[in-house]
Amino acid sequence: MDKIRKITKMSLFLPIFSMILIMLINVVYDIHCGNAPLNFFMISVKNGVLYGRLIDVLNRGSEVAILAVGMTLVVSASAGTDISVGSVMSLAGGMCCMLLAGYGVTNVNEYNVPLLVGIGAGILIACLCGLFNGFLVAYMNIQPMVATLILWSAGRAIGLLLCNSNIVYVRVDSFKLLGAYVGIIPTPIIVAAVCIAVAAAVLKFTSLGMYIQSVGINKKASRIAGLNSAKIILMCYVICGLCAGIAGIVATSRIYSADTNNIGLNMELDAILAVALGGNSLGGGKFNLAGSIIGAYTIQAITTTLYALGVSSAQAPVFKAIVVILIVVIQSGPVKDFFKKYSSKRRAAA
Amino acid sequence: MEKNLVLEMKNISMTFPGVKALDKAGLTLKKGEIKALMGENGAGKSTLIKCLTGVNKFEEGEIYLEGHSGAIRNKDTMDAQHKGISTVYQEVNLCPNLSVAENIYIGRAPLTKLRTIDRRKMNKNARLLMDELELDIDVTRNLENYSLAMQQMIAIARAIDMDCKALILDEPTSSLDDKEVEKLFNVMRSLKKKGVSIIFVTHFLEQVYEVCDSITVLRNGKLVGEYSVEEMPRVKLVAAMMGKDFDDLASIKPEGSTVNEDAELFIDAKGLSHAGKIKPFDLEIKKGEVVGLTGLLGSGRSELARTIYGADKAQTGTLKVGGKEVHIHEPIDAMNLGMGLLPDDRKAEGIIGDLSVRENIILAMQAKQGIFKRIPKQKQIEIADKYIDMVQIKTADRETLVKQLSGGNQQKVILARWLATNPDFLILDEPTRGIDIGTKTEIQKMVVQLASEGKSVIFISSEIEEMLRTCNRMAVLRDGAKVGEISGENMTQEGVMNAIAGGDSNG
Amino acid sequence: MKKIKINNNNVLLLITIGLFVVMYAAGCIVYGHKGFTNLQTFLNILINNAGLICITCGMTCVMLTGGIDISVGSLVALDCMIMAVGVEKLGISSPVLMIGILIFGLVFGIVQGFCIAYLEIQPFIVTMAGMFFARGMTAVLSTQQISIVSDALFTKLAGLKINLPFGAYENSKGILQIPYVRITVVVALICVAVTFFILYATRFGRSVYAVGGNQQSAALMGLNVKLTKLKTYVLASLFTSIGGICFCLNTMSGTTSQATGMEMDAISSAVIGGTLLTGGVGNVIGSFFGVLINGTISTLVKSNGKLISSWSNIVTAILLCFFIVLQAVFAKLKERKNK
Repeated sequence: MDKIRKITKMSLFLPIFSMILIMLINVVYDIHCGNAPLNFFMISVKNGVLYGRLIDVLNRGSEVAILAVGMTLVVSASAGTDISVGSVMSLAGGMCCMLLAGYGVTNVNEYNVPLLVGIGAGILIACLCGLFNGFLVAYMNIQPMVATLILWSAGRAIGLLLCNSNIVYVRVDSFKLLGAYVGIIPTPIIVAAVCIAVAAAVLKFTSLGMYIQSVGINKKASRIAGLNSAKIILMCYVICGLCAGIAGIVATSRIYSADTNNIGLNMELDAILAVALGGNSLGGGKFNLAGSIIGAYTIQAITTTLYALGVSSAQAPVFKAIVVILIVVIQSGPVKDFFKKYSSKRRAAA
Repeated sequence: MEKNLVLEMKNISMTFPGVKALDKAGLTLKKGEIKALMGENGAGKSTLIKCLTGVNKFEEGEIYLEGHSGAIRNKDTMDAQHKGISTVYQEVNLCPNLSVAENIYIGRAPLTKLRTIDRRKMNKNARLLMDELELDIDVTRNLENYSLAMQQMIAIARAIDMDCKALILDEPTSSLDDKEVEKLFNVMRSLKKKGVSIIFVTHFLEQVYEVCDSITVLRNGKLVGEYSVEEMPRVKLVAAMMGKDFDDLASIKPEGSTVNEDAELFIDAKGLSHAGKIKPFDLEIKKGEVVGLTGLLGSGRSELARTIYGADKAQTGTLKVGGKEVHIHEPIDAMNLGMGLLPDDRKAEGIIGDLSVRENIILAMQAKQGIFKRIPKQKQIEIADKYIDMVQIKTADRETLVKQLSGGNQQKVILARWLATNPDFLILDEPTRGIDIGTKTEIQKMVVQLASEGKSVIFISSEIEEMLRTCNRMAVLRDGAKVGEISGENMTQEGVMNAIAGGDSNG
Repeated sequence: MKKIKINNNNVLLLITIGLFVVMYAAGCIVYGHKGFTNLQTFLNILINNAGLICITCGMTCVMLTGGIDISVGSLVALDCMIMAVGVEKLGISSPVLMIGILIFGLVFGIVQGFCIAYLEIQPFIVTMAGMFFARGMTAVLSTQQISIVSDALFTKLAGLKINLPFGAYENSKGILQIPYVRITVVVALICVAVTFFILYATRFGRSVYAVGGNQQSAALMGLNVKLTKLKTYVLASLFTSIGGICFCLNTMSGTTSQATGMEMDAISSAVIGGTLLTGGVGNVIGSFFGVLINGTISTLVKSNGKLISSWSNIVTAILLCFFIVLQAVFAKLKERKNK
């Protein structure tokens, strides 16, 4: 019994538990359908590229995983969420394609400017968005959700403006590469892995992680101990913007076009959900990046599983909603207190 | 219960986990009396009040209230209010965005026949109430348009309008200026005339003598005694609060070492101030000197230290550190000049509860090094272990979360945090509060040790003996201003208490 | 005469109303030749935004307590879909469906409110789940676009024109136009009036302000903070259901992608109308003008004809930014004054 309690208290318990649960559902489903029991995990090479449901989850989940990196830091440092990331993704994609194609052109077969300039500009504008959000939150003391509401609404609109309300196609192979395959491996998986590795390295080799947590846990004490909380919060938002930019470019490259209306739509909600699912408190403070990333892939696994079960993409949110509510209700203070009282009563009785 | 008593609290005892907060404390309140409730930090004033209002549940003791036969126990503040015990807190507990009248009547506003709020009647009643208290307030304006003092008066008006037998004013004057205090006192006196009994919690001596009839003194959760104002001159009151019999004060002598007269000046502050907290002061500290800041709680002793450190930015004056003029905007500037501050509110400003002991210890050091020069994990462990050993932090592991440690050990962690930065100048604000005697002595020894290594220290404590033992010199504060310094032969308990009490020190 | 006192709060309201007047006047001057000066242009703003006005009423109540409800847009879509499926597939008469939608809104609000007030979960997360749920349920009911054609009463209500006795004008072809409003506008205006009444004149309304002003104080003054919060979320979902019906009367169809982003329209209208997201300050009249400003912006962009529609989003966002920063500055000034 004590062992069980210890395990459930581990910080990665929730995300890993939900991941395993989803996989089990898959196994049960596959057995039910008469497929091989481990169909979910099977990876094969078809048409020269990796193929399989697990690969699909890793591939499709890349954007959310990248966003989750930035969102985790923002949540930890400022006890709030950045709801503009989906919009910023779209803006970054729009900016990139507009430059690559030239303003007003909707379909090109060769670049107007070098590829790196386009991608760089897309990521730069996303960072600027992060800077704007961070400035409002850290220096104007505006609630994170409210501050990011501005770009939530404007980001996508500016993207549309850049693309002149059109879908801009960039049909060049090197641009498609980011959303396609390198050898047999889907590129988004590689991009996500690089992002995660860089984030992990930054957290390991600088003291950023400790600074962020310290500010998130106790702003006043951090200040006395010599930390500049405003700067640190600002930095988190810029990193979050950067992540949104990268995710936006990947999403754009996937469809080799800037479909500004749809890129990153509702992605902010997935990213926030990933953070919560990763066992991180949305009230800020301690964070666990690995949890958030597992959370991100879990969300994608849920979606993929639902599709496999024959649920349409439009209906999937119902299940997502139920998952969210279950997680937050279990984590909520009153419910926790209730269980604490219950278990202590039982122990007293025994 | 005795006749003409409104309230009597007898032998109240209560324990917080691990601490006996109240030990047979008590209080009596006569009809139409203003009673001062006094005591130093941790004496149990607010705990006693909370027992009365039902916020805290006490284990032993009885409370008697006029009009109730037998002992009463309040379930919560609402219950206490219904019985006629109202509290007005230091932070005004009203809604700034509602009108004055609404604040007085919210939740019990008069209704019209249509079950809507009868504003005309509500405003009329509120106006009558204001007239009664001789306050010039437009009751239809929002509360936020009025000064804090006025808001406090309005809170009082709300309290007495609900048929109040005992009115508790919990440090109402700490954020008011002199004129506002005078206004508050006028209201208190007119309430007294009407027969309302008031418990006045304060730490300003002057005010006690100006408005109160009698005094209840608590110390360490125990009732020291109840006195009438006439029989209690200032020095005696300070002695009662500090816990020394006035007669045997002279016996303790300072043990602080003497400083070399030629030592270099390290801190030279001229005219530093922070509006509303500390009036302009001068302070000089030599290398290797321990300067004590003494004064009652709220006298500005913490604020003075915080202004030097930049925790509250100095608004006037100049500061020289090591002979060079410096400008400190944020604590990090002070840290880079070799300063460190151990704040008095350990929980709010000291520890980072959810981080480990190791991380808490290296935090300040890391902040000084900057974000990119991360101290390698192995070195962090070495440093943490070294200081855990050095200041003897009792923790299961260096990776234990600091919030799981006892208060004394948390304090040691913060001390370790600053020692790790190898500071030239340390400000210790109540480093020994709420920790056991053994640890107290250790910390005192450490302060003397630091001074002998040539470091300068500001030491703040509510316990005079402790200060006498460690300090070379003491600065005295009263009502937000530095009023003098004590050194040499005057550094005795008696001398310090006289200086703290001020005014008629011989009385 | 009673003096109107100017404080920070009604300064925000005055700025909002002033902004609306200036914006509309500018529209009249620049686009007068395109019929902007006609009364009907203004009425069309009301007609097009009737649903949003209802929703904003509820949103204002929630925001006054310091909360937020982002489920409203999806709830509107779900309401429309219930209406469409009910009428077209199940053949239920529209009044029954309307009552059903209102009851559903009530339950939806109670569940959300309970999670927020009594389980102490952040409003954003709870209503986000509510948003997912409602949007998903819309797709569960049907993934197709269903037009509502077979209910006579509903079609009649939707087509009903209430002519105004004044303001008639001749259009460019010289035909006399009598300005009219739809029934939805009447409903919306009633919603505004009811909300104003609740917030101004009832104990509950004042409790809403008290909770938003200072939750701790409100509890110490003996108000039931949790119940008050719960009630505001119920009110929000209820008003959203009414708004959903109005919206449906406008569009006469149900699809899964209906009313996307409407929650943010409602929130930004309330913020532009002077409601503080931190709670305690705001006014439903301001929110009403906030909706009108949003409507005017999109009408202006449309009247221009050359500008693409996303300009209206950008202008709204700029206004939003302006008001949020203004609020932050006011808050800082107040803090300084209190020191």
